[in-house]
Amino acid sequence: MEYSEKVMDHFMNPRNMGTIDNASGVGRVGNAKCGDIMQVYLQIEDDKIVDAKFKTFGCGAAIATSSMATELVKGKTIQEALKVTNKAVMEALDGLPPVKVHCSLLAEEALNAALWDYAKKNNIVIEGLKEPVEDIEEHCHI
Amino acid sequence: MEKLIYMDNAATTPVRAEVLDNIIPYFTTKYGNASSVYKLGQSSKKAVEAAREQVANALGADVSEIYFTAGGSESDNWALRGVTEALKEKGNHIITTKIEHHAILHTSQYLEQIGFEVTYLPVDKYGKVSINELEAAIRPTTILISVMTANNEIGTVEPIAEIGEIAHKHGIIFHTDAVQAVGHVPIDVNKMNIDLLSLSGHKLGAPKGIGAIYIRKGTKINQLIFGGAQERKRRAGTENVPAIVGLGKAIELANEEMEDEVKRLVLLRDKLINGIMKAIPYSRLNGHPTDRLPGNCNISFAFVEGESVLMLLDMNGICASSGSACTSGSLDPSHVLLALGLKHEEAHGSVRFTLGYETTDEDVDYVLEKLPPIIERLRSMSPLYEDYINGKDNA
Repeated sequence: MEYSEKVMDHFMNPRNMGTIDNASGVGRVGNAKCGDIMQVYLQIEDDKIVDAKFKTFGCGAAIATSSMATELVKGKTIQEALKVTNKAVMEALDGLPPVKVHCSLLAEEALNAALWDYAKKNNIVIEGLKEPVEDIEEHCHI
Repeated sequence: MEKLIYMDNAATTPVRAEVLDNIIPYFTTKYGNASSVYKLGQSSKKAVEAAREQVANALGADVSEIYFTAGGSESDNWALRGVTEALKEKGNHIITTKIEHHAILHTSQYLEQIGFEVTYLPVDKYGKVSINELEAAIRPTTILISVMTANNEIGTVEPIAEIGEIAHKHGIIFHTDAVQAVGHVPIDVNKMNIDLLSLSGHKLGAPKGIGAIYIRKGTKINQLIFGGAQERKRRAGTENVPAIVGLGKAIELANEEMEDEVKRLVLLRDKLINGIMKAIPYSRLNGHPTDRLPGNCNISFAFVEGESVLMLLDMNGICASSGSACTSGSLDPSHVLLALGLKHEEAHGSVRFTLGYETTDEDVDYVLEKLPPIIERLRSMSPLYEDYINGKDNA
């Protein structure tokens, strides 16, 4: 697999790996059957993401995209974080091999799922945020 | 040079030095076409026939029963397509297994598309075919049985002699894909009741792009490649003389050394398997514990994914492979591991180390030193491992 230097760097030295106790929002996407699961933890204070962590079961690209996605949202407001799409994650990693693009989608979904969890817990509506899809058990991304 | 521990000998092997020495002149000075009448051509012809004899000797076959091909996949295609086409008036059913190489499985699927019926036999948890199930699957219309001698992923060696005996009892042609077995386990086409056998050069120290098929005298099989009159008019194409010479030499060396080399590799293999199983909890050996290729070690590590293991091994100079979907570019993990009854996540977490001629005791020690912290590191990142540990704490 031909990975960029940035992907290799984030795979070898993942940023923000770990968990946050009593996180403001936790999102988990993917499933073991497909071979990748991402779990993202966000600490949100005054509408701002003050900390982000992840745990990931998956290939090199899945670990690198989790690392980059959490890195990109740290310090951002919720509205700014919504702009961290799979495309943004991919660009920040200097691209991904075509068969690995689904890993960046998973990273975007994990961030959104964590924000959705935060919104639900606090009974608020985040403009532009869609409810995470629940049928992930059935379909593997490719 | 950077440290390189090559443990992917089931994928391919380096060309052995003695083999390369034999090959070189057929590129540079003895480059004649084996079909030409002048001396230069005839020296190529002689070299091809000498190699044919070396291959025949290694299999207990007659020289007239060996045909050179471009590799294992061509041999498999030829066996399945050639026999079914030749015997289509007699019947339309073939029997194979769920754990065959894709060269057999995809050819079988093609045969189904053009009207043949195929039974894919299941295997037990070790990857063994059941003789009873095989015999029960035979129909009056069965014309071919194809079961691999040894599996490329898990190394399980199948009961080939017994399968061949049953095939012959029912008057059915028996083919075996022996690509992973030839040169590594003893083969005798007569004692093992084999009618057709596929083999490949680059799995045993010869170059890539060369293989052979054994066709028992009198076996009904049509031609696959049409054109010139090479290979007694049964396989067209100018002979790949250097590669054929290499295959002959490599198979001869492998057979001469087999007894000692198998003993040596089995010791190293079991040291690796036992060392890993002892050092890394939640791991399982895939394949048969004893009826397995001397160089094959295939282990699933729970809670981690194979490709990330391979990448970290590669950082340490270790080459291995995995049955994870991520390494194949397909949606599903290895069909072989799923056929054993492994869950998808167990198959995703599989790593295969295949030892070979150049593997040393130090190499095994090095892998045993580097692998445990790699698995531990990936587990520390894995939400599945966290779930498991938390679940255990609560229990």
